[in-house]
Amino acid sequence: MSLSRKTAVAGVFEHPTRFAPDKSLFQIMAESLRGALDDAGLTIKDVNGLCTTGMGMSGMGIVGFCDYLNLTPNFVDSTSIGGSSFVAHTAHAAAAIHAGLCDVCVVVYGSTAASSRFAIGTGGERGGAGDPCDQYEIPFGPTTVGAYAMVAQRHMHDYGTTSAQLAEIAVTTRLHASMNPAAKYRDPITVEDVLASRIISSPLHLLDCCIISDGGGALVITSAERTRDLKKKPVYILGAGETVRHAARGQRDFLEIAAAQSGRLAFERAGVAHKDIDMAMIYDSFTITVLATLENLGFCKRGEGGAFVSGGRLRFDGEFPINTDGGGLSSNHPGMRGIFLVIEAAKQLRGECGPRQVKDCEIALAHGTGGALGTRHSGATLILSNQ
Amino acid sequence: MVEQTQAKKYSKPLPHLDEENRPWWEALQRHELYIQKCATCGDIRYYPRALCTNCMSSQVQWIKCSGRGKVYTFTTTYQNQAPGFRESIPYIMAYVELEEGVKMLTNLVDCRPEQAKIGMPVEVVFEDVTPAVTLAKFRPAR
Repeated sequence: MSLSRKTAVAGVFEHPTRFAPDKSLFQIMAESLRGALDDAGLTIKDVNGLCTTGMGMSGMGIVGFCDYLNLTPNFVDSTSIGGSSFVAHTAHAAAAIHAGLCDVCVVVYGSTAASSRFAIGTGGERGGAGDPCDQYEIPFGPTTVGAYAMVAQRHMHDYGTTSAQLAEIAVTTRLHASMNPAAKYRDPITVEDVLASRIISSPLHLLDCCIISDGGGALVITSAERTRDLKKKPVYILGAGETVRHAARGQRDFLEIAAAQSGRLAFERAGVAHKDIDMAMIYDSFTITVLATLENLGFCKRGEGGAFVSGGRLRFDGEFPINTDGGGLSSNHPGMRGIFLVIEAAKQLRGECGPRQVKDCEIALAHGTGGALGTRHSGATLILSNQ
Repeated sequence: MVEQTQAKKYSKPLPHLDEENRPWWEALQRHELYIQKCATCGDIRYYPRALCTNCMSSQVQWIKCSGRGKVYTFTTTYQNQAPGFRESIPYIMAYVELEEGVKMLTNLVDCRPEQAKIGMPVEVVFEDVTPAVTLAKFRPAR
């Protein structure tokens, strides 16, 4: 991509809240935006681009949020493709800055999913949806977890992948959460704990599923040139890709997911190879999401994901560190969590992760999945570097 | 009496019928399952659409299905707070690959959770859930 290293993440902020019945959605978003601007050494007066979407806002919520903060940006993007949206927003912001549409673009997300008691994943939340595709699904009781579970079931059938292998992902992620003071669940768990937790939708157990929390976060994106006189070391945007997968008129291979295409595009555009990636933030709505994503991004061959995630290989000090913040499985999952993937990747590249810091971290990858692997979903990949 | 009527009321979500999909749903009411084939390029598709995703032709051919297929994948759901399903757990949701070559999301019925297997031969059963809507579900082939 011609915009490689032309733009950078200049500031990040993860809202510390995990349960905020005392805060409004826009308040969480605004506090997150303020945090990211402080981190970058910029002010609200510098912002002339805005990207946001969310579950708690209306279809025109981005305009409402501009009203709340009295913003009149030159560039707005409310791409809404599920939890991956904010990874895609980061790329869109980079492209907009490179094209001269704005100079300083903030990507922001907030949610009161926990205090508003959203039954994310098992609430039949897709019932009554109005797209043509929904009419052939809603009568049969689809849930988000069920759609992912069907991918897990097929993977197990085709490749002998086991629940214990999927559990390793949850165990490693919890270990990372234990090193993150802000994480919601910090007590270490074992493979046996995951297998002993109740089945939500076979073959996925409770501890194969992400948590539900409140939360928010923001990123400041600007030109590489502009970062020179800012507070923090820039985290350059090397390349990005995005796409969708769906039922493909009834002819889909459900183990081939959006990451295969978005990942290939991101690697091509970044001009880096898989072996160059020092750590990855992989959307972990469910353990199977991580395994399928690692295979489809090309870090291992299809069918080899079970072995790839086993033996502590994904630990912060392992061969392929992922989700060092504790992920959606243990730290926070306020409905959508793409923004936290970029925040933690940037913090790792800035060397700010304390006990969970990945050694010699120079290039990181963030991949967001939005929607449901077993029906329709989006994938957005971003490759970042401190060099 | 009132209570009895309400208890029998079908409470699961219903599809929205429109002029584009009505022929498909009306066939189900007659206990017939169809998929579409493009009359121009021959591409098959499910669910029904007004035009071909391959060549964008509006020429549609309806293919009557045998009703036989195999389980492509499935999940037994133990948690769903949605009305109608809350009362039905555990239930099995599956993609069935029809003999004609498309995968349909459906429920496996007359099938215990431990009995469900990928690759299992299944056959369609038509469930008349309301006067306007019949659903195509599948059971282990007999």
